[in-house]
Amino acid sequence: MTARVGIVTFPGSLDDRDAARAVTRAGGEAIPLWHADRGLRGVDAVILPGGFSYGDYLRCGAIARFAPIMTDLVPAAAAGLPVLGICNGFQILCEAHLLPGVLMRNHHRKFIDRRLLVRIEDTSTLWTRGYQPGQEITLVLKSGEGAYLADPAMLDTLGKRGQVVARYADGDPNGSAQLIAAVRNEAGNVVGIMPHPEHAIDPLTGPGDEGLLFFTSVIRQVVAG
Amino acid sequence: MSAAALDTVAAAAAADRPQPYAELGLTGEEYQRVRELLGRRPTDCELAIYSVMWSEHCSYKSSRVYLRQFAEKAPATTALLAGMGQNAGVVDIGQGYAVTFKIESHNHPSYVEPFQGAATGVGGIVRDILAMGARPVAVMDALRFGPAGAPDTARVLPGVVAGISFYGNCLGLPNIGGELGFDPCYAGNPLVNALCVGVMRHADLQAAAAAGEGNQVILFGSRTGPDGIGGASVLASASFEGGEAAKRPSVQVGDPFMEKLLVECCLELGAAGLLAGLGDLGAAGLSCATAEMAAAAGTGMRIRLDAVPLRDPALGPAEILMSESQERMMAIAAPADVAAFLAICARWDVPATVIGEVTGTGRLQISWHGELVVDIAPQTAADGPVYRRPAARPASQDALAADGPDRLPRPSSGPELRATLLDLLASPGLADKTWVTQQYDRHVRGDTVLAMPEDAGAIRIDEQTGLGVALATDGNGRYGWLDPYLGAQLALAEAYRNVAATGARPVAVTDCLNFGSPEDPAVMWQFAEAVRGLADGCQFLGIPVTGGNVSFYNQTQDVAIHPTPVVGVLGVLDDVRRRVPIGFAAPGGQVVLLGTTAAEFGGSAWAQVAHGHLGGRPPSADLAAERAAASLLAAAAGAGLLAAAPVLSDGGLAIALAECCLAGRTGCRVELPGDPFTLLFSESAARLVVAVAPGAEATFAALCRRHAVPATVLGETGGDSLEVAGQFAVPLAELAGIHQRVLPALFG
Repeated sequence: MTARVGIVTFPGSLDDRDAARAVTRAGGEAIPLWHADRGLRGVDAVILPGGFSYGDYLRCGAIARFAPIMTDLVPAAAAGLPVLGICNGFQILCEAHLLPGVLMRNHHRKFIDRRLLVRIEDTSTLWTRGYQPGQEITLVLKSGEGAYLADPAMLDTLGKRGQVVARYADGDPNGSAQLIAAVRNEAGNVVGIMPHPEHAIDPLTGPGDEGLLFFTSVIRQVVAG
Repeated sequence: MSAAALDTVAAAAAADRPQPYAELGLTGEEYQRVRELLGRRPTDCELAIYSVMWSEHCSYKSSRVYLRQFAEKAPATTALLAGMGQNAGVVDIGQGYAVTFKIESHNHPSYVEPFQGAATGVGGIVRDILAMGARPVAVMDALRFGPAGAPDTARVLPGVVAGISFYGNCLGLPNIGGELGFDPCYAGNPLVNALCVGVMRHADLQAAAAAGEGNQVILFGSRTGPDGIGGASVLASASFEGGEAAKRPSVQVGDPFMEKLLVECCLELGAAGLLAGLGDLGAAGLSCATAEMAAAAGTGMRIRLDAVPLRDPALGPAEILMSESQERMMAIAAPADVAAFLAICARWDVPATVIGEVTGTGRLQISWHGELVVDIAPQTAADGPVYRRPAARPASQDALAADGPDRLPRPSSGPELRATLLDLLASPGLADKTWVTQQYDRHVRGDTVLAMPEDAGAIRIDEQTGLGVALATDGNGRYGWLDPYLGAQLALAEAYRNVAATGARPVAVTDCLNFGSPEDPAVMWQFAEAVRGLADGCQFLGIPVTGGNVSFYNQTQDVAIHPTPVVGVLGVLDDVRRRVPIGFAAPGGQVVLLGTTAAEFGGSAWAQVAHGHLGGRPPSADLAAERAAASLLAAAAGAGLLAAAPVLSDGGLAIALAECCLAGRTGCRVELPGDPFTLLFSESAARLVVAVAPGAEATFAALCRRHAVPATVLGETGGDSLEVAGQFAVPLAELAGIHQRVLPALFG
C-alpha cells in the first residue's frame, strides 16, 4: 500500500503540479482536490500548494480560507490529518487559523526567487521526521509576501513549544521574525513553510533533492501506520 | 469619440458629414479608400474599426512588402505546422509534440506606464500562444533602456521589471531568460519585447477562423472596459512628441489572475472538443477578432454589440469595438456545444457570453440594440493598405563606416588589460543581472533546466523521454546602427549559437523588429536591410522565421533608436539531461576556444565602455562557421564530452571567461597564443569557449577536426581566480564583487 496525498487546487494555484510530482517521486499517490468540492476523498494527507489563489486579492490566502473544501479540511486537520502548506498554502493555513502568525510583504518590497539554506530545527513533525535536527538543506524561496511575523508573546510561545520547524540559515531574505521559515501547530501534524521543498526534488530542475524528505517522511509514516 | 445620437448604417447612407479620421490616425487617402470600399461614408463604428485595423501596428502596412522575404526565402522544412500570418508559428519537435513561440513588443505602453505596459505585454503574448491551442510553458524578456544612470531609467526600469514579475509570476509561467541592455538611443524609447513558448500535441492545434455557418460566437474572459482604447493606433503607431502622460488612458490594465483562469479554461475547452475556432483579443480588441476570424474563414458574422459584458456601462459601441481590455478571448462553437462550453467557463469563474453567430453572407454585421451600425466585408478591414515607402541609405553611413576604432588607444600591459576587464564587468550592460532576474519565478512548473545567467533558457517537455526545447533572444543595436544587414545576421547568429551551445538543434526563428519611424527614408532603408539580412541568414542556416512582430515609431521627434532586430531562436533538446551549462563547475576541465579571432572592435563593448565610441564596421558574420560549430556542439553534447559551453559575444573572451568562472564558482588559467588585447576583447562571431569533460580531450579534438571547427587549447579550469598567464590574475571574489554590485547600486 502507499499513501494517498491530496493536493488542493484553488483558482490561481500554480505549484499544484509540482507538489503532485514531488509526492509521486516520494512514492505516494497524488490525489487532486478541487477547491469548490466538499469531501477529502479519503486522503491520508493534504498539501496546499504555492501560487496566487484568487490572485492574492484582498490579502494572500484570505479568500481561499472560505473555499468549500476548507470546511472539511479545518476539522480534519484539528483531528490530526497531516497538512503541509507551501508558500501560498502557508498563507492560507495562517488565514484559516490552523497555524499562528501572518505572512507580510518582503521587507525589501520585491518578489524574490533565489536558492538559500534552511535549517531544520524540529524533526518531530510528520513532515520533517526524516531530517536530522539542525540539518541544513538547500531550497528555493520564491515569494513577494514571505515575511513571517507574530507578536512577541506568540514568538516566545512558539520558541518554548518548539513550534519553529525551520529557519533561514544564510541571512535574512525577506524580513521574517527570528528568521522563521516554517512553523507547525501544537500537535505537529500541520506545517507551513515559505520556501519550496517540492522544487528541490531533482538537481535537473532545482537546487538539489534535499526537499524530497518532506514528502517521504509523511508517506513512510502513513505506510507504517 | 462622442456620439450624441447613434450613427447607423442607414444614417451613413443617407447623409454625409465631416468625420474625425485624422484624430483616429487615418490619413486623408486612407479615409477616402474606406469611403470607396463602402460606397458611402463609414459609420462611427466602421471608422473606429478601420482606424485600428489599418494602423501600422495591426496592418503591417509599411513592412509587409519586405516581410514577404521570410516566406520567399524560407528553407524547405517539414517541421512547420503553422507559419507566418498565424497568431504564432507552430513547430513539430517530434514524439507527437509541437511547440509554438513568438516574441512581441510592448515598447510604447511600457514607457508611458512602465508597470502596466510591461505586465500587459506578457499577457498579450501569452494569449497569442494560447490561441494556437497550446499550453504556455515559459516566458522570456528582451529589455533595453536609456543610460543606466539617467533619472528616467530609474523610473522606467524598476516599473517594467516589477510589471513583468507581477504578471508572469501570478500567471505561473517560469521566466527563463532574455536580455538587459542600456544605450542612450533608448532613452525615451525603451524596448520591452516579451516572448512566450507553448506546448501542445499535434491534434490540439486551433484555427483562428470563424468557420461553420450557424456556429455561435462566444466572448469570454474579462469584461470590456475603457482601457486601451486606440492603443494600437494612437500609441503604437505614432512617434512620441512630448505630453506622453496624456496617452496614459491608452495603456491597458492587466489582471493576471483572470489570465490564469482563462488559460486553464481554454485548455479544458479544447480538450473537451468544444472549440470550432479560437482567437485572442489583443491590439484592436473586438474589431480585430471579429474581422480577422471571419476573413480567415471567408465567412461572415452577425454580432450583437449590446450583449458584450461591460465594466463601464457608459461605453458606446465604437469604444467597445476599439477597447483593448485585457484577458479576453473569442471562440466559435457549434450551437449544440454552447451549454457545455458555458458550463466549463462557469467552473473556472470565467464570464462567457454568446454575442453573435457565424453567417454565410461574407459580411461583418454588427448591431447595437437592434440598429445596424457596421456592415463591411471583413477582408477589407483585415488586409489594410500596403505601402512601399521611400527608403534611402543615408549619406552619413559612409562617414560612420570610415570612423573605425583603429585610432582608439588600447590597453597593452597586464595591469591595463586587467583594468579593462574590470571596467567592462562593471558596465551596466555586462554586469550581473540578478537584481532583475531574481524578481522572476524561474522554478514554477518544475521543468526549467536552464535559466539566467545561462546564455539560453531550456524547458523539459516530456518527463519520461527527456525531450525539451532551448530558447535564446539576442540583438545588438550598435551593430545594427553600423550595418543593419549585418546587425540582423549577427543577432540571428548569436541566438543560434546560444541555443546550439546548450546541445540543442536550432529549428525555428521568431523576430521582433524594433525601428524608428517608417516615414523616415533612412529608417526604412535600415528596416529593408535588416529584413534582407535576417531572411538571407535564416535561409542559409536552414531555420524558418515562423512569426514575430514589427515595432515602428520607436523615436522621439526626429531621433530614432538604433535599428534593433531582436531575434529569438528555438532549438530541440532530445534529452534535457544532456544540456550543457555555461558555468565552470569543476577543476581539471580543458578550456578550448572554438572559432577564429580577428581584430574586430567596431561596435564592441570595449569601444563603448572605454571610449564611448561607435563607428567602423561590425564584426563579419560567418554563417558557415556558425553552422559547423552548432553541429559540433550537438554531437559533443550528445556524447557527453562537454562540462560547459559559454558563447562569446559582447566583451569577447574576457567577459565570457569571467561569466563562466562566476556562474560555476571555479576559476581558470589560460594562455593566449597571440595579441592578448585582440584575443581578450575582440567580438568576432562564431566563437565559443568550452570546458571539456576530463578524459574526453582527445575525442573532442578529433570531433573538432571532423566538423572543421578551429580549436585552440587555452588552459584548464580550477583554482579561485581568473588567470591570464603572463598578464594578470583576478580573484573570483573580486570579480564577483565588481560584477554584482552594479545594478543594486543603481536601482536599490
